[in-house]
Amino acid sequence: MASTRRPLSPHLQIWRWGLHMALSIAHRTTGVGSSLGALIIVWGLVAIAAGPDSFSTFKMVTTSLLGRIVLFGITLSMMLHMCTGVRHLVMDTGRALDIKTNRQTGILAIVAAIVLTLGLWVAAYWFAGLI
Amino acid sequence: MSKFRTPIATARGLGSARSGARHWMHQRVTAVINLLLLLWFAGSVVSLAGAGYADIIWWVRDPIVTVLLVLLIANLFYHIRLGLQVVIEDYVKSDGTKALSLILLTMVTLVLALLGIVSVLKVSFGG
Ligand code: HEM
Repeated sequence: MASTRRPLSPHLQIWRWGLHMALSIAHRTTGVGSSLGALIIVWGLVAIAAGPDSFSTFKMVTTSLLGRIVLFGITLSMMLHMCTGVRHLVMDTGRALDIKTNRQTGILAIVAAIVLTLGLWVAAYWFAGLI
Repeated sequence: MSKFRTPIATARGLGSARSGARHWMHQRVTAVINLLLLLWFAGSVVSLAGAGYADIIWWVRDPIVTVLLVLLIANLFYHIRLGLQVVIEDYVKSDGTKALSLILLTMVTLVLALLGIVSVLKVSFGG
Protein backbone atom coordinates (compact mmCIF):
# COMPACT_ATOMS: atom_id res chain seq x y z
CA MET A 1 0.00 0.00 0.00
CA ALA A 2 1.13 3.51 -0.71
CA SER A 3 2.35 5.33 2.36
CA THR A 4 1.28 8.82 1.34
CA ARG A 5 -2.14 10.37 1.68
CA ARG A 6 -3.58 10.87 -1.76
CA PRO A 7 -6.22 13.32 -2.91
CA LEU A 8 -9.71 11.95 -3.24
CA SER A 9 -11.65 12.73 -6.34
CA PRO A 10 -13.97 14.19 -7.29
CA HIS A 11 -14.79 16.70 -4.56
CA LEU A 12 -18.48 16.86 -5.28
CA GLN A 13 -18.98 19.89 -3.03
CA ILE A 14 -16.68 22.14 -5.03
CA TRP A 15 -17.78 21.04 -8.48
CA ARG A 16 -20.26 23.12 -10.37
CA TRP A 17 -22.92 21.06 -12.09
CA GLY A 18 -22.47 20.90 -15.80
CA LEU A 19 -22.88 18.67 -18.80
CA HIS A 20 -19.45 17.10 -18.27
CA MET A 21 -20.38 15.96 -14.77
CA ALA A 22 -23.86 14.75 -15.72
CA LEU A 23 -22.41 12.70 -18.58
CA SER A 24 -19.71 11.23 -16.38
CA ILE A 25 -22.36 10.03 -13.96
CA ALA A 26 -24.59 8.93 -16.84
CA HIS A 27 -21.79 6.83 -18.30
CA ARG A 28 -21.60 4.93 -15.03
CA THR A 29 -25.36 4.52 -14.47
CA THR A 30 -25.93 3.47 -18.07
CA GLY A 31 -23.01 1.02 -17.75
CA VAL A 32 -24.73 -0.61 -14.80
CA GLY A 33 -28.16 -0.32 -16.46
CA SER A 34 -26.91 -1.87 -19.69
CA SER A 35 -25.57 -4.81 -17.71
CA LEU A 36 -29.24 -5.61 -17.14
CA GLY A 37 -29.60 -5.66 -20.90
CA ALA A 38 -26.81 -8.23 -21.11
CA LEU A 39 -28.80 -10.34 -18.68
CA ILE A 40 -31.82 -10.19 -21.00
CA ILE A 41 -29.66 -11.16 -24.00
CA VAL A 42 -28.51 -14.28 -22.10
CA TRP A 43 -32.09 -15.05 -21.09
CA GLY A 44 -33.11 -14.84 -24.75
CA LEU A 45 -30.31 -17.17 -25.85
CA VAL A 46 -31.12 -19.67 -23.09
CA ALA A 47 -34.80 -19.54 -24.09
CA ILE A 48 -33.98 -20.18 -27.75
CA ALA A 49 -31.81 -23.17 -26.77
CA ALA A 50 -34.52 -24.53 -24.44
CA GLY A 51 -37.09 -24.83 -27.23
CA PRO A 52 -40.15 -23.18 -28.81
CA ASP A 53 -42.18 -23.06 -25.57
CA SER A 54 -39.51 -21.23 -23.57
CA PHE A 55 -38.93 -18.93 -26.49
CA SER A 56 -42.60 -18.01 -26.78
CA THR A 57 -42.63 -17.18 -23.06
CA PHE A 58 -39.58 -14.95 -23.62
CA LYS A 59 -41.26 -13.33 -26.60
CA MET A 60 -44.51 -12.83 -24.71
CA VAL A 61 -42.79 -11.11 -21.80
CA THR A 62 -40.46 -8.94 -23.88
CA THR A 63 -43.18 -7.80 -26.29
CA SER A 64 -45.74 -7.01 -23.58
CA LEU A 65 -46.32 -3.33 -22.86
CA LEU A 66 -44.17 -3.39 -19.73
CA GLY A 67 -41.56 -5.46 -21.57
CA ARG A 68 -41.38 -2.92 -24.36
CA ILE A 69 -41.03 -0.03 -21.95
CA VAL A 70 -38.17 -1.79 -20.14
CA LEU A 71 -36.50 -2.76 -23.43
CA PHE A 72 -36.82 0.78 -24.74
CA GLY A 73 -35.11 2.07 -21.59
CA ILE A 74 -32.36 -0.50 -21.94
CA THR A 75 -31.86 0.37 -25.61
CA LEU A 76 -31.50 4.04 -24.68
CA SER A 77 -29.15 3.13 -21.83
CA MET A 78 -26.96 1.01 -24.12
CA MET A 79 -26.89 3.61 -26.89
CA LEU A 80 -26.03 6.42 -24.49
CA HIS A 81 -23.29 4.35 -22.82
CA MET A 82 -21.99 3.45 -26.27
CA CYS A 83 -21.89 7.08 -27.41
CA THR A 84 -20.41 8.44 -24.19
CA GLY A 85 -18.04 5.44 -24.34
CA VAL A 86 -16.77 6.50 -27.77
CA ARG A 87 -16.39 10.02 -26.38
CA HIS A 88 -14.40 8.53 -23.48
CA LEU A 89 -12.08 6.80 -25.94
CA VAL A 90 -11.56 10.03 -27.87
CA MET A 91 -10.77 11.92 -24.67
CA ASP A 92 -8.35 9.14 -23.67
CA THR A 93 -6.21 10.16 -26.64
CA GLY A 94 -6.01 13.67 -25.22
CA ARG A 95 -8.48 15.20 -27.67
CA ALA A 96 -11.70 17.18 -27.10
CA LEU A 97 -10.69 18.21 -23.60
CA ASP A 98 -11.15 21.98 -23.86
CA ILE A 99 -14.44 23.30 -22.49
CA LYS A 100 -16.03 24.25 -25.79
CA THR A 101 -15.24 21.01 -27.69
CA ASN A 102 -16.07 18.95 -24.62
CA ARG A 103 -19.51 20.48 -24.49
CA GLN A 104 -20.06 19.94 -28.20
CA THR A 105 -19.08 16.27 -28.11
CA GLY A 106 -21.28 15.82 -25.05
CA ILE A 107 -24.33 17.20 -26.81
CA LEU A 108 -23.43 15.15 -29.89
CA ALA A 109 -23.30 11.96 -27.79
CA ILE A 110 -26.78 12.61 -26.34
CA VAL A 111 -28.30 13.44 -29.73
CA ALA A 112 -26.65 10.41 -31.37
CA ALA A 113 -27.93 8.11 -28.62
CA ILE A 114 -31.51 9.35 -29.03
CA VAL A 115 -31.38 9.13 -32.83
CA LEU A 116 -29.90 5.59 -32.70
CA THR A 117 -32.51 4.44 -30.16
CA LEU A 118 -35.46 5.81 -32.11
CA GLY A 119 -33.96 4.51 -35.36
CA LEU A 120 -33.62 0.98 -33.98
CA TRP A 121 -37.19 0.97 -32.66
CA VAL A 122 -38.76 2.36 -35.79
CA ALA A 123 -36.80 -0.20 -37.84
CA ALA A 124 -37.90 -3.02 -35.51
CA TYR A 125 -41.58 -2.04 -35.85
CA TRP A 126 -41.13 -1.82 -39.58
CA PHE A 127 -39.50 -5.26 -39.84
CA ALA A 128 -42.24 -6.71 -37.65
CA GLY A 129 -44.79 -5.32 -40.11
CA LEU A 130 -46.41 -3.12 -37.47
CA ILE A 131 -45.94 0.13 -39.36
CA MET B 1 4.39 -0.57 -15.86
CA SER B 2 7.15 -0.83 -13.25
CA LYS B 3 9.72 -0.05 -15.95
CA PHE B 4 8.64 3.57 -15.88
CA ARG B 5 9.43 3.98 -12.20
CA THR B 6 12.73 4.39 -10.44
CA PRO B 7 13.77 1.70 -7.93
CA ILE B 8 13.49 4.17 -5.06
CA ALA B 9 9.91 4.98 -6.03
CA THR B 10 9.13 1.27 -6.00
CA ALA B 11 10.76 0.86 -2.61
CA ARG B 12 8.77 3.74 -1.16
CA GLY B 13 5.56 2.22 -2.43
CA LEU B 14 4.56 5.25 -4.48
CA GLY B 15 2.69 4.88 -7.72
CA SER B 16 0.67 1.93 -8.80
CA ALA B 17 0.97 -1.07 -6.54
CA ARG B 18 -1.43 -3.29 -8.46
CA SER B 19 -2.49 -3.83 -12.02
CA GLY B 20 -4.46 -0.72 -12.90
CA ALA B 21 -2.85 -0.11 -16.28
CA ARG B 22 -3.74 -3.54 -17.64
CA HIS B 23 -7.30 -3.23 -16.31
CA TRP B 24 -7.63 0.17 -17.95
CA MET B 25 -6.34 -1.13 -21.29
CA HIS B 26 -8.58 -4.22 -21.25
CA GLN B 27 -11.60 -2.02 -20.47
CA ARG B 28 -10.83 0.04 -23.59
CA VAL B 29 -10.06 -2.87 -25.91
CA THR B 30 -13.27 -4.65 -24.89
CA ALA B 31 -15.11 -1.33 -25.37
CA VAL B 32 -14.03 -1.08 -29.02
CA ILE B 33 -14.92 -4.72 -29.72
CA ASN B 34 -18.24 -4.18 -27.91
CA LEU B 35 -18.98 -1.21 -30.12
CA LEU B 36 -18.58 -3.26 -33.31
CA LEU B 37 -20.33 -6.42 -32.10
CA LEU B 38 -23.22 -4.59 -30.42
CA LEU B 39 -23.99 -2.54 -33.52
CA TRP B 40 -24.06 -5.78 -35.53
CA PHE B 41 -26.21 -7.45 -32.87
CA ALA B 42 -28.68 -4.58 -32.58
CA GLY B 43 -29.08 -4.47 -36.35
CA SER B 44 -29.62 -8.24 -36.47
CA VAL B 45 -32.18 -8.32 -33.67
CA VAL B 46 -34.08 -5.46 -35.27
CA SER B 47 -34.22 -7.26 -38.63
CA LEU B 48 -35.43 -10.39 -36.80
CA ALA B 49 -38.30 -8.54 -35.13
CA GLY B 50 -41.44 -10.51 -35.89
CA ALA B 51 -39.47 -13.57 -37.04
CA GLY B 52 -40.66 -16.99 -35.90
CA TYR B 53 -38.76 -19.55 -33.82
CA ALA B 54 -37.53 -21.49 -36.85
CA ASP B 55 -36.14 -18.36 -38.54
CA ILE B 56 -34.18 -17.49 -35.41
CA ILE B 57 -32.75 -21.03 -35.13
CA TRP B 58 -31.58 -20.77 -38.74
CA TRP B 59 -30.03 -17.42 -38.03
CA VAL B 60 -28.08 -18.67 -35.00
CA ARG B 61 -26.88 -21.73 -36.96
CA ASP B 62 -25.10 -19.68 -39.59
CA PRO B 63 -21.43 -20.31 -38.66
CA ILE B 64 -20.55 -16.62 -38.88
CA VAL B 65 -23.47 -15.71 -36.63
CA THR B 66 -22.53 -18.48 -34.16
CA VAL B 67 -18.97 -17.23 -33.89
CA LEU B 68 -19.99 -13.57 -33.60
CA LEU B 69 -22.56 -14.39 -30.88
CA VAL B 70 -19.98 -16.34 -28.87
CA LEU B 71 -17.48 -13.48 -29.22
CA LEU B 72 -20.16 -10.93 -28.29
CA ILE B 73 -21.10 -12.74 -25.08
CA ALA B 74 -17.49 -13.36 -24.03
CA ASN B 75 -16.36 -9.81 -24.75
CA LEU B 76 -19.47 -8.18 -23.29
CA PHE B 77 -19.26 -10.02 -19.98
CA TYR B 78 -15.53 -9.40 -19.67
CA HIS B 79 -16.23 -5.69 -20.21
CA ILE B 80 -19.00 -5.84 -17.59
CA ARG B 81 -16.74 -7.75 -15.18
CA LEU B 82 -14.06 -5.05 -15.50
CA GLY B 83 -16.57 -2.19 -15.35
CA LEU B 84 -18.58 -3.32 -12.34
CA GLN B 85 -15.30 -4.13 -10.56
CA VAL B 86 -14.43 -0.41 -10.59
CA VAL B 87 -17.91 0.50 -9.40
CA ILE B 88 -17.58 -1.93 -6.48
CA GLU B 89 -14.07 -0.71 -5.66
CA ASP B 90 -15.35 2.87 -5.59
CA TYR B 91 -18.36 2.37 -3.35
CA VAL B 92 -17.67 -0.62 -1.10
CA LYS B 93 -15.53 0.59 1.75
CA SER B 94 -14.69 -2.45 3.89
CA ASP B 95 -11.96 -4.75 2.53
CA GLY B 96 -13.84 -7.92 3.42
CA THR B 97 -17.10 -6.99 1.75
CA LYS B 98 -15.15 -5.65 -1.22
CA ALA B 99 -13.25 -8.92 -1.72
CA LEU B 100 -16.44 -10.93 -1.35
CA SER B 101 -18.36 -8.72 -3.82
CA LEU B 102 -15.56 -9.03 -6.37
CA ILE B 103 -15.49 -12.83 -6.08
CA LEU B 104 -19.27 -12.88 -6.44
CA LEU B 105 -19.07 -10.56 -9.47
CA THR B 106 -16.52 -12.84 -11.14
CA MET B 107 -18.66 -15.90 -10.53
CA VAL B 108 -21.92 -14.35 -11.68
CA THR B 109 -20.47 -12.85 -14.89
CA LEU B 110 -18.65 -16.13 -15.64
CA VAL B 111 -21.80 -18.22 -15.16
CA LEU B 112 -23.92 -15.85 -17.28
CA ALA B 113 -21.33 -15.76 -20.06
CA LEU B 114 -21.06 -19.56 -20.08
CA LEU B 115 -24.86 -19.90 -20.09
CA GLY B 116 -25.06 -17.66 -23.13
CA ILE B 117 -22.21 -19.36 -24.99
CA VAL B 118 -23.39 -22.91 -24.28
CA SER B 119 -26.92 -21.97 -25.40
CA VAL B 120 -25.61 -20.60 -28.69
CA LEU B 121 -23.48 -23.70 -29.27
CA LYS B 122 -26.36 -26.00 -28.37
CA VAL B 123 -28.58 -24.37 -31.00
CA SER B 124 -25.75 -24.29 -33.49
CA PHE B 125 -24.73 -27.95 -33.13
CA GLY B 126 -28.10 -29.34 -32.06
CA GLY B 127 -29.89 -31.75 -34.40
C1 HEM C 1 -24.26 -3.40 -23.33
C2 HEM C 1 -23.06 -3.08 -23.45
C3 HEM C 1 -22.18 -2.50 -22.38
C4 HEM C 1 -22.27 -2.67 -21.02
C5 HEM C 1 -23.25 -3.52 -20.23
C6 HEM C 1 -21.19 -1.89 -20.43
C7 HEM C 1 -20.93 -1.79 -19.08
C8 HEM C 1 -19.97 -0.99 -18.53
C9 HEM C 1 -19.77 -0.76 -17.12
C10 HEM C 1 -20.60 -1.36 -16.00
C11 HEM C 1 -18.73 0.10 -16.98
C12 HEM C 1 -18.18 0.68 -15.68
C13 HEM C 1 -18.68 2.07 -15.48
C14 HEM C 1 -17.82 2.91 -14.58
O1 HEM C 1 -16.76 2.48 -14.15
O2 HEM C 1 -18.22 4.05 -14.31
C15 HEM C 1 -18.25 0.41 -18.29
C16 HEM C 1 -17.17 1.25 -18.56
C17 HEM C 1 -16.78 1.64 -19.81
N1 HEM C 1 -17.43 1.36 -20.99
FE1 HEM C 1 -18.95 0.03 -21.21
N2 HEM C 1 -20.49 -1.27 -21.44
C18 HEM C 1 -21.07 -1.63 -22.64
C19 HEM C 1 -20.70 -1.20 -23.91
C20 HEM C 1 -19.71 -0.28 -24.18
C21 HEM C 1 -19.39 0.24 -25.47
C22 HEM C 1 -20.07 -0.15 -26.78
C23 HEM C 1 -18.37 1.15 -25.29
C24 HEM C 1 -17.62 2.03 -26.24
C25 HEM C 1 -17.61 2.14 -27.44
C26 HEM C 1 -18.06 1.18 -23.89
C27 HEM C 1 -17.08 1.98 -23.33
C28 HEM C 1 -16.75 2.00 -22.01
C29 HEM C 1 -15.62 2.72 -21.46
C30 HEM C 1 -14.61 3.57 -22.23
C31 HEM C 1 -15.62 2.47 -20.08
C32 HEM C 1 -14.62 2.98 -19.05
C33 HEM C 1 -15.09 4.21 -18.38
C34 HEM C 1 -14.15 4.67 -17.31
O3 HEM C 1 -13.02 4.17 -17.18
O4 HEM C 1 -14.52 5.58 -16.58
N3 HEM C 1 -18.90 0.32 -23.23
N4 HEM C 1 -19.02 -0.25 -19.23
